[in-house]
Amino acid sequence: MVKLASAEAAAQKKATRAAFGATLAELADAGVPVVAVDADLTGSTTTKKLADAGHGDRLFNCGIAEQNMVDVAAGLSLAGNVAFTGSFAVFGTGRAYDQIRNTVCYSNLNVKIAPTHAGISVGPDGGSHQMLEDVSLMRGLPGMRVLVPADYAAARAAIKLAAATPGPVYVRMGRAAVPCVYDDDVELEIGRAYVLREGCDVTIVANGVEIREALLAADVLAERGVSAEVIDAFSVKPLDGETIAASLAKTRCAVVAEEHSVVGGLGSAVCELAAQTCPVPVELVGMRDRFGKSGEFDELLAYFGLDAAAIVEAVEKARSRAGLC
Amino acid sequence: MDTAQLVGKATDIRKDILTMITEAGSGHPGGSLSCTDMLTALYFGGVLDHDPADPAKVGRDRFILAKGHGAPALYATLAHAGYFPVEELASLRKLGTRLQGHPDSNLLPGVEVSTGSLGQGLSVAAGLAAGLRLTGEAGCVFTILGDGECEEGQVWEAAMFAAHQRLGRLIAIIDNNELQIDGCIHDVCDPGDLGEKFAAFGWDVVRVDGHDIDALVATLGRLKAAAADEAAPVAVIAATVKGKGVSFMENQAGWHGKAPKAEELEIALAELSAAVA
Ligand SMILES: Cc1ncc(C[n+]2csc(CCOP(=O)(O)OP(=O)(O)O)c2C)c(N)n1
Ligand SMILES: [Mg+2]
Repeated sequence: MVKLASAEAAAQKKATRAAFGATLAELADAGVPVVAVDADLTGSTTTKKLADAGHGDRLFNCGIAEQNMVDVAAGLSLAGNVAFTGSFAVFGTGRAYDQIRNTVCYSNLNVKIAPTHAGISVGPDGGSHQMLEDVSLMRGLPGMRVLVPADYAAARAAIKLAAATPGPVYVRMGRAAVPCVYDDDVELEIGRAYVLREGCDVTIVANGVEIREALLAADVLAERGVSAEVIDAFSVKPLDGETIAASLAKTRCAVVAEEHSVVGGLGSAVCELAAQTCPVPVELVGMRDRFGKSGEFDELLAYFGLDAAAIVEAVEKARSRAGLC
Repeated sequence: MDTAQLVGKATDIRKDILTMITEAGSGHPGGSLSCTDMLTALYFGGVLDHDPADPAKVGRDRFILAKGHGAPALYATLAHAGYFPVEELASLRKLGTRLQGHPDSNLLPGVEVSTGSLGQGLSVAAGLAAGLRLTGEAGCVFTILGDGECEEGQVWEAAMFAAHQRLGRLIAIIDNNELQIDGCIHDVCDPGDLGEKFAAFGWDVVRVDGHDIDALVATLGRLKAAAADEAAPVAVIAATVKGKGVSFMENQAGWHGKAPKAEELEIALAELSAAVA
């Protein structure tokens, strides 16, 4: 099993975005030709750390111009660099979607779309800034790999994986500090899902900040005598069909939880898999085809039904649909 | 309103901006304070033809806050103008509020279109001006853009379109405070002289002190009176100071998107009061 954080480490909270600039600096120090291209958000995304570490020549600030940011990264990659883009997820994917599609993916360039502030974790900024469709947008692109790390260590691993994997990769990072799940030096693989907790009564597939909620839900379910298997589908695309289908075959029902729309994201990916390999009832926990709104992050998790309680409820539903209770 | 009354109104709006952001614990004070005087001139200087009791009044002038993060300034202005109770300002950014982090036209009267994603407002304003011309409706279209926002390529696509279409009822005010999030606009990715750029795109360009309320009222009033279809659109380059009115916020990029602490609010409010005493 993959190495998890100690109880002590798990109590520490760190934002996934904090891993971005720090890991780029680490890679640059090691001689990997990484460059970062950002759009007036080098402090927020943490790409500035690349410059702070003495690699100022490897950080390009395009100003508030996300479309240009992506295609400048494309050009930098053509000259042999491993090019990462920044900005917030809403602008770094949505505003530059055609550049990502028609230049980065269509030409299969070595560009890593790695925005921060995804999902409702931007809280009070409101619906205009809460990107809940990015995984769907990126997952639909041929050749794009999509990674949604759950914590700082996984984000660090994801940035390293993105750098080491030729071609387009999407890494989704958040603003809020979240508890540590993995051991600091964890190494993850693209295309693999990780069983964080074994169980036999229901499969909970989650990623990103929903891992915390899924683990909390599993605790509550255990008290009720329901043993939940919690799987981190950190690699949404390619999805680890083998691990997830094996779990579905064992538990006969599933809940998918993500800080994203139920349209087109991890929930859709798992439903596609289940329908084609192991058709069992699947309940989706995610944003139900709506925009977000202003509020504090934790408050919004409950408000939009993305918290542990919502996962527990979805588990009851999935199990009853499967005739298991 | 006379000059003293307008300055007093702008001061009240500034105080509300800072109070509401402090209460919310997040928000954008710097860019709100830099566009306060132009909003005051538009809404209280007799420039905009609008009716808070009938926000959808036919023939009204339209206003679009392209730099949507200046929402607190717009909210305080709209509240003082009578669109909704001033007490509601305290709900900024809280769950269930109409005062979202960025303006939401589905929720709040007086907001013509939701903004927050920079670089889109000028295009919408241009389309609105073209639409009013097409339907034969009266009214000018005013918009306020950030200078950092002008780094978005779309701003220049809109500039080209508006000049080509001769949208003479479009008046774009550029809040030229020379700062964006990562620092000075000339250091981050220099857009150069924005007045020269708009002129090169075929716009008429007027320069004004963005904190001289009399000059703002006179300039905007004159431009509105002269506005007519089939003429060049007008860019008003307003020289401003980010964080205007609060000594420790002025010209500090760090106050772009940070809420004051309670003690800082107190100092700021005292400074604002002292300036008009
Ligand atoms: C398309 C887009 N990209 C990035 C942002 C994030 N952002 C919010 S405000 C801001 C800086 C704006 O600077 P400027 O336009 O000069 O505004 P002001 O100085 O008046 O606050 C940025 C980059 C955004 N809101 N929209
Ligand atoms: Mg500015």
